[in-house]
Amino acid sequence: MRRLLWPLVILALLLLVNVVFTPNFLSIQMRDGHLYGSLIDILRFGAPLMLVSLGMTLVIATGGIDLSVGSVVAISGALACLQISQDAGVAWAVALALGLSVLLGAWNGFLVATVGIQPIIATLILMVAGRGLAQLITDGQIITIVNPAYKLIGGGYLLAVPFGILLVLAVLAVTAFLVRRLALGLLIEAVGGNAEASRLAGVRSKGIIIVVYAFAALCAGLAGLMISSNVSSADGNNAGLWIELDAILAVVIGGTSLLGGRFSLGGTILGALIIQTLTTTIYSIGVPPETTLLFKALVVTVVCLIQSPAFRAKVLGRRRRPPAPGPVPGEKVRVSA
Amino acid sequence: MLKRISALVLAAVLTASCGSGGGATSATSSGDDTITMGFSQVGAESGWRTANTKSVQDSAKNAGVTLKFSDAQQKQENQIKALRSFIQQKVDIIAFSPVVESGWDTVLQEAKRANIPVILTDRAVDSKDTTLYKTFLGSDFVEEGKKAGQWLVEEYKSSTDPVNIVELQGTTGSAPANDRKAGFLEVVGADPKFKIIATQTGDFTRAKGKEVMEAFLKSNPDIDVLYAHNDDMGLGAIEAIEGAGKVPGKDIKIITVDAVKDGMQALADGKINFIVECSPLLGPQLMDLAKKVLKGEQVPPRVVTEETTFTQEQAKEVLSTRQY
Repeated sequence: MRRLLWPLVILALLLLVNVVFTPNFLSIQMRDGHLYGSLIDILRFGAPLMLVSLGMTLVIATGGIDLSVGSVVAISGALACLQISQDAGVAWAVALALGLSVLLGAWNGFLVATVGIQPIIATLILMVAGRGLAQLITDGQIITIVNPAYKLIGGGYLLAVPFGILLVLAVLAVTAFLVRRLALGLLIEAVGGNAEASRLAGVRSKGIIIVVYAFAALCAGLAGLMISSNVSSADGNNAGLWIELDAILAVVIGGTSLLGGRFSLGGTILGALIIQTLTTTIYSIGVPPETTLLFKALVVTVVCLIQSPAFRAKVLGRRRRPPAPGPVPGEKVRVSA
Repeated sequence: MLKRISALVLAAVLTASCGSGGGATSATSSGDDTITMGFSQVGAESGWRTANTKSVQDSAKNAGVTLKFSDAQQKQENQIKALRSFIQQKVDIIAFSPVVESGWDTVLQEAKRANIPVILTDRAVDSKDTTLYKTFLGSDFVEEGKKAGQWLVEEYKSSTDPVNIVELQGTTGSAPANDRKAGFLEVVGADPKFKIIATQTGDFTRAKGKEVMEAFLKSNPDIDVLYAHNDDMGLGAIEAIEGAGKVPGKDIKIITVDAVKDGMQALADGKINFIVECSPLLGPQLMDLAKKVLKGEQVPPRVVTEETTFTQEQAKEVLSTRQY
């Protein structure tokens, strides 16, 4: 829990900034039979990022990285919308899109685990080629569809709650069960710590790696369905563009090391929420478009600095040492150790 | 000033030499009056672009121009290759929509040396030497912004209450975003009752348009007008407005630019109030210009595409005949 303290503080600070600029920021109302408010927006628009980041967490836990998730987002949305525009059933379109996503993820895993290509290169292939594939599916056009059932996935409501949020909760629950209640999480951490050593210890590293990449792609595929469903159209050029970078950032803010090994699902969700809240903050406090990227970069830098135990020890530690050399530095040592 | 005069003189000299060059080509290669045009397109990245391609192809056929068409698939090297092959084939005239702004000087010099005149369509190049091409045919984005502003001024001319406007900009730094913003501001900025209370980029996409509009709706309870730099962002924003329990087109008036099919549909349905056209159908104008250039007539260095605007009633009339 202590690992989640700083991300929580940062999230609270961001929300506070919003409340200062927009006093009714935290209010949630019922409107047209569903929940309505800025907080709901953050969850709703953050849902695809949360999903992609969940998958990314497990990939990073194995010491890998997946740059192709943005392209998988585009492919999945494009395929589903194309199918629906050709009068296929929604269930069939969704199944096909998710099936293709898993296949693409397994391909990534195969390149990494069996062929032995470095993850950043292996997934870079699909990152570049995948966007081309998405454009091929949509024929370079934006496919617009009208389908209430498909609309539910990313833009609809179930029991007044945005369906996308429920989907994320479901995926989070299943993932948490698999990696925390079963041995899978331990195996993933073992592979991330040292793939060769865990193989020698009897862990089937290759299989684990392929499963993890396939899972990341499945999450990305689901996010792709959400994004395209939210606006009832598939845009092969822009859907999921750069989402892989936001996802990696969310994982890192959440306290998972890029070196692999230990990971935190809760931290990742918090990380994704921080990024989405930051985006919403930019819109609502009116940062000029020319400076939004700079503003984002500054905030992220501060976030990363606060997250760093070494930085905290240097800045906060020095100031506190003279008056109280007792419990506070002692606790610091335990945290960093 | 001196520079402009020298450029004009150069252009005149070039036109003269081209006239003779063109004559020589037709004497050697075809022997009759048919014009051969090499056209290099950016790619097929959007419905707008596809309509642009079709317009050029159709009007070439109608004008009796033999068209050699090449698709650059959004890569500059493909486009340079295509231009070189046009030069080798000794076409009478080259037209192209540059993928990017810079890096064209060498290949344009080659065309100039081969006495083949060049016309730019839709997008400009940043070459300092303006004698490298005859003219630039394309939309005037500032004018589009002004048209959007003029409709708004007209719409609210009888009211004295302040009008709260939110703006969804295109991709930050892109020419259409900069110019559409500037043109709009120039017109509505003259009257202090128009207030732009929030402006943010929506990257020309529906998803971003929706996301930004959701945030606008929460932080600004009183929005009268939305100005979106393209239809797609407007379409995304419409969903956000509906989600907030408001009626797009009534509670919040919407102005967009482009007039693609989905946008025109929304306009006809009453969800958008006014669309400024950014027309891809510049084929007929291109063929006229090509003929003039080859006859040795003087053409202006900048030709603006013939474009119109659409109200809801006009959209209903033309919807069935829209080509894109």
